[in-house]
Order: sequence, then C-alpha cells, then structure tokens
Amino acid sequence: MAERLRADLVLEYPFTRTTGPVIGAFLTGLREGIVLGIRRFDGTVLCPPTEYDPETSAPLTELVEVGPGGELVSWTWVDPPRPQSPWEQPHGLGMIRLDGADTPMVHGVLVGGPDELSVGMRVTARWRSEREGHIADLEGFVPEGAGR
Amino acid sequence: MSVDPRVLPAALSGEVRLPEKLAGVESVRSVRTPIRLEYDFIPGAASAGYLNAFADRKILGQRSPVDGAVFVPPRGVDPRHGAATPDYVELPDTGHVGGFCVTRLPIPGRDDLEIPYVSAWIHLDGADVGFLGLVAGIDTSEVRMGMRVRAVWKPDDQLGRTAENILHWAPTGEPDVPVDAAGTNAWHAKQAAGSGERA
Repeated sequence: MAERLRADLVLEYPFTRTTGPVIGAFLTGLREGIVLGIRRFDGTVLCPPTEYDPETSAPLTELVEVGPGGELVSWTWVDPPRPQSPWEQPHGLGMIRLDGADTPMVHGVLVGGPDELSVGMRVTARWRSEREGHIADLEGFVPEGAGR
Repeated sequence: MSVDPRVLPAALSGEVRLPEKLAGVESVRSVRTPIRLEYDFIPGAASAGYLNAFADRKILGQRSPVDGAVFVPPRGVDPRHGAATPDYVELPDTGHVGGFCVTRLPIPGRDDLEIPYVSAWIHLDGADVGFLGLVAGIDTSEVRMGMRVRAVWKPDDQLGRTAENILHWAPTGEPDVPVDAAGTNAWHAKQAAGSGERA
C-alpha cells in the first residue's frame, strides 16, 4: 500500500474592506486614541457602534465618545493564544462595558494570570503608540490604576 | 418605528455626527482584513487513488453503479444517488474544453500564473463531468467551447503523486466538439433523453 498522502495547504486572501461612515468613524476614533459608541433613539449607547438600530433597523448617526475606563462584564482566559492571535502571551478575553456605553465590546484583557481577573473589576484602555485606524490600535485593556 | 426602504439611510448619506474632538481629522475609509487558513489536507481513499495514479501519468475516474456515469476526480460516491463508486476507470489525457474563463488580473499569491491565462473545465473523453485545468499553447482569444485538448505533462523524472503533473492543456488541432455536445450540454442532453445506459 502506498504511503499516506498529505499536503500542507494555505488559503489566504488580502481583503481590503471599505468601512462606511459609522465603522469608519469608529476606526478613525481608534487612530486618534478614543473609543466611539453610537446613540440610539432611547438615549442608550452601543459600543462598538452599528449603522442601524438592532431592534428597529433605523439608521443611527450620533457618535459619542465612551471610555477609556469601563467594567469587565465577563471574561475567559486564553492560554496559549492561537498562532494568528494579535497577542503573543496568555491573556484574558473580556466583554468590557465602557463608561458611557450600554453594551459591552470584546477585547483582550492584559494581565499576568486568570486570578487577576474578576467580573465587575474596573479596566482601562491601553493604546499602541503607532496607530493606523484598526481595532488592534487598542492593544487591550488593563486593570484601572495598573499604571502601565 | 418603521423605515421607508426607498429612502437612503442617513448612515449612508453622510449625516453622521462626530464628537468635537474628531472635527477636521481625516476619516478612515478602508481597513485591511486579510484572512489566512493553514491546514493539512489528507485525501480519502478515492482521492488518494486518483493522486497516486498521477505518478504513473494516469488519470483515474470512478464509474457510477447506477447508470455508468464517470466522475473525475473520483470522490468515492455518485453525488446524485449517494451510491458508493468503488470501480476506478482509467481515462485518456485527451478531451475538450467545456467552458472557460480568461483571467486578466493577477491573483495574490499566484505569481506563477502569467496573465492573461485561461482556466477551463476540461471534459475528458469518457468522462461525464469536467474538471479544472489551465489551457495554454494558444492565444487566449482563440480558446473556445468544444476545442479539443491534450494534457501537457511534466517530464517523467519530475512526476509526483499530484495533479500538478499536468502543466496545462494544449489544443490538439482536431475538429471541435459541436457546442451542443460540449461540456455540460452533452450531460444534460443525455439526462433528458434518459439514456443513462453506458457500456
């Protein structure tokens, strides 16, 4: 019987997406070092922002600054990160509800171990020094007052 | 709240309001979102038989036990009936172009393809379905449905257990297969006639 066949394959495509005015504004904010949410008609704020109201489908237009501090609503621990993860070290992956927002967003929580994480803890954004208008401009969130 | 679908949404009509802090800064209009998937391909029995045969310059298909239709590449099953297809059929390296596409833009990661190039459904003699191949050795404007082609193989000492043994398909110069009988037209005609019986 012939030796078993095997091939290492790669599927890859370098997409570029146009962002539209709302996601574009969110990414513009990230590049400028602020996080934007969008206000619904009932006054609540979605972050990350969406172009349409998730309940009524009405277009949303009023972007507002939220954060940079917020509350960790839920989390899990990632160890080890997968090869293409933005983070090389083990890290938390959290749902973070930023101050001024009513919905949480997913991002990394950068601490040394899972015993440093708890639901309800205060966290704040940590920015990269080089920013280009991408979600990775936000390196992640760290405990508030961690001073790093 | 109802939304009139005929009215351009405000979010698309440039009425988005930004915080003062972002007044005057240049907006982000696009974002790079590359995808990449690395995976191991391990062929099943039917595909392994097909690939192993390539090392001997052979192209294998499989015959349906239901009506004798020949599928290439073999997948171990007649997808119309769910019937297993254990019997291999050796096919010649000649056939015709059942359909084709001229590509004039480069594809990222495929620097080996010199544009313009022609990818085509190659319908081998004795097969009932086509499989993909490159057509070369002819000006792209001359390629046509029904054109007879033959495989151009790598040199014998470079053959491996891979379909890449076939460099491309080149015209034989024989008279074309009539369009009515070319590509999937022949298949549909045969299905319509109910003449699924084959030798």
